Amino acid sequence: MNATETTDVLIVGSGFGGAITAYHLAAGGARVTVLERGPWLRSEDFDHDFKFGSSATRVFDFVVGDGMSVLGGNCVGGGSVVYFATMPRAPRFVFERHGSIGRRMWPAVIDRDVLEPWYDRVAEALPITPTSWDEVPYIGGVFAAACKAAGHTANPSPSAVDTSLCTNCNWMMSGCRFDAKRSLLLNYLPAALSHGAEIRPLHEVQRITRLDTGGYRVHYNTIHEVDYRQQTGSGAIDAKVVILAAGTAATPVILQRSEAELGTMPHAVGRYFSGNGERLNTAVIEEDKVRELLGLSRDEENAYGAYQIGRGPVVASWDRLNADLPEYERFSLEQLYFPPGFGTILAQVPDATGPTWYGPEKKEMLRKWRSWLTVFTMSEDDNEGVFGPPPPTGNSERLSQQLLGFGRLRYRPTANTLRGWEVSDAAVRQILEHNGLSRVMPWTNDVIGAYTVHPLSACRIGDDPATSALDDRHELRGHPGIFVTDGSAVPGALTVNPAFTIAALAERAVPGIVHALRERGVDVRYGAPAPDGGGAARRGTAAAARAVLG
Amino acid sequence: MPDPEGQESRNAALEAFADTIIPGEKHHPDDRAVAGVSAGGGAVASGVIAVLESPEGGMAPALDDLARTLDEHAVRFRTEHGLPPDEREPFVGLRYDERLALVGELLAPEHPERAMWAGLAMFSFMAFDTGAHMHTADAIAAGHPGLAVLGFAPPGEDGLWRFPAYSYGRQLADVHPDTDPTGSPA
Repeated sequence: MNATETTDVLIVGSGFGGAITAYHLAAGGARVTVLERGPWLRSEDFDHDFKFGSSATRVFDFVVGDGMSVLGGNCVGGGSVVYFATMPRAPRFVFERHGSIGRRMWPAVIDRDVLEPWYDRVAEALPITPTSWDEVPYIGGVFAAACKAAGHTANPSPSAVDTSLCTNCNWMMSGCRFDAKRSLLLNYLPAALSHGAEIRPLHEVQRITRLDTGGYRVHYNTIHEVDYRQQTGSGAIDAKVVILAAGTAATPVILQRSEAELGTMPHAVGRYFSGNGERLNTAVIEEDKVRELLGLSRDEENAYGAYQIGRGPVVASWDRLNADLPEYERFSLEQLYFPPGFGTILAQVPDATGPTWYGPEKKEMLRKWRSWLTVFTMSEDDNEGVFGPPPPTGNSERLSQQLLGFGRLRYRPTANTLRGWEVSDAAVRQILEHNGLSRVMPWTNDVIGAYTVHPLSACRIGDDPATSALDDRHELRGHPGIFVTDGSAVPGALTVNPAFTIAALAERAVPGIVHALRERGVDVRYGAPAPDGGGAARRGTAAAARAVLG
Repeated sequence: MPDPEGQESRNAALEAFADTIIPGEKHHPDDRAVAGVSAGGGAVASGVIAVLESPEGGMAPALDDLARTLDEHAVRFRTEHGLPPDEREPFVGLRYDERLALVGELLAPEHPERAMWAGLAMFSFMAFDTGAHMHTADAIAAGHPGLAVLGFAPPGEDGLWRFPAYSYGRQLADVHPDTDPTGSPA
């Protein structure tokens, strides 16, 4: 008979929701085991390379669904390894949204003021800093100048990039080789390890079952390090508390697959998925207009032509983040670089007479690639995504060894969501087609549906058991001791990049998880400093933590 | 049993599809798979067969079926449009505008096989836009047609990219009035 391993806390996933909770609970004295389905790459493993099998395909999952495709992280560090590290706090009105349910979506106890000190803790840990204008890459400069010329404001975004180390190589989606991007590999995860947490890569959780003791057994498969389609073994670990942080595209799938043995799931598990209202437009900039209209030039030869240079999105326009506007008509616009492959296939040719996303005219558009500028809309969608029955393993049926699979998410945008995209498309045109600066087209939704890099909400917190899977402490309704701390817990679209809010919510969830562990006889302290030992932000959250822990 | 002729015919059909997605110039005057409607190399010259056959991509087991199905659709298309049959090259033998029309049908959102053809189209793009069968630095050094068309900058001597000059270096817009001290929307 095999002895099953045991731990106090089993965490599924090592992105923001997993790494932050792992650190605090390990620092507090709990035995913490983290299962991560992806590989564990270090700085020197992060390639500047598009070749299949380089870090560009190892660290990602691209799951094609029915009407919605999701790009997410798949490695130790999760989304933080592949993100662009743009870290604004969510606007105040977001927490008051009603969305499709006719009442406030967020739990009554959470608003921007409540979340502020938790944001501060994350900002200290990574750290997150404002970006100065003299650090804004050319592409952000052109976008900012275009906003100004069209009567709009534009902001350099706060960012978790150490610009003193950044080379503006724009390979950050494949992981940052220069340690400029503040991923979780540089702060929470090493701090968690130093306190004894164990991280096991290439462990894909299949399902959770209940133990007679009140704890849970987490069943996993081990995955081949090159061909993720191959399972190399399986096992199980017993834990007093389970934290699901596998990402929005996977956490609800694990719960769905567990339902037969674990018991009925809350109705909201696998429902109310939000793509963060995301939408992309690509502009082809007229170089001479950059010089003439915007008064910008890099040198004698080049006015712009710098799509490749920089570090993802750096400048955003927040003029439509206006609380007085009707819901579904508020959005932010963010200048963006996407590398070829991800960022070229779906772009459409302005004024095409033939096919819009392929064919001779698309090739001509690709000749102007250096003059492209992509604009990223984050708007208020309608939480209309629903996950179908789970695939046999993982969260997709994998086609490629890495990267590409087919999932069970179904998404049909409602009129509200479509209107949000329409008004944001119009705003992008108003800014970037002003005085003939460029021609703009949205990415096509005909190929792989809509597309999000910020999946949210498929297992969300809330006060209403009918429409939220988790209570306001992130505990799964009807399943005490199971917590969800990843993007799936966020109730709805945020109109800005969500990583910072996911991280702040994970920080806020920790005292409640400590409480749950103590109830189960585990002696855990709460109150660890930032991973580098800094304690400045700890004071701000002390009272809130005491209120939970007594 | 290996079937060189069958392999050649399969590859020609796949190349003709890839050339419809990102067209290029003919390899030689008798090249029928590449229609030659665009100057410079397209998806084919960028290595689409190598990308499709790569074990990592996952498409290899489906290629025979894809090529055969493509020809079956071409036979139907020829009948529907009153075109003469071509037993050896049903798809390759179509003119570029005819291929475009047929591929347009297959990629339409309502087509039951759309996911399959969208996959083939995406791999065609990846060959051209990224040269996913090669290390990118090697692909650029070898003059990879797609990366050259994009104007993708070459790496430094150590194979890594750095852009020391990257900013106009000045404020170019007014920031939003409701920006908080952290630089976030208030």
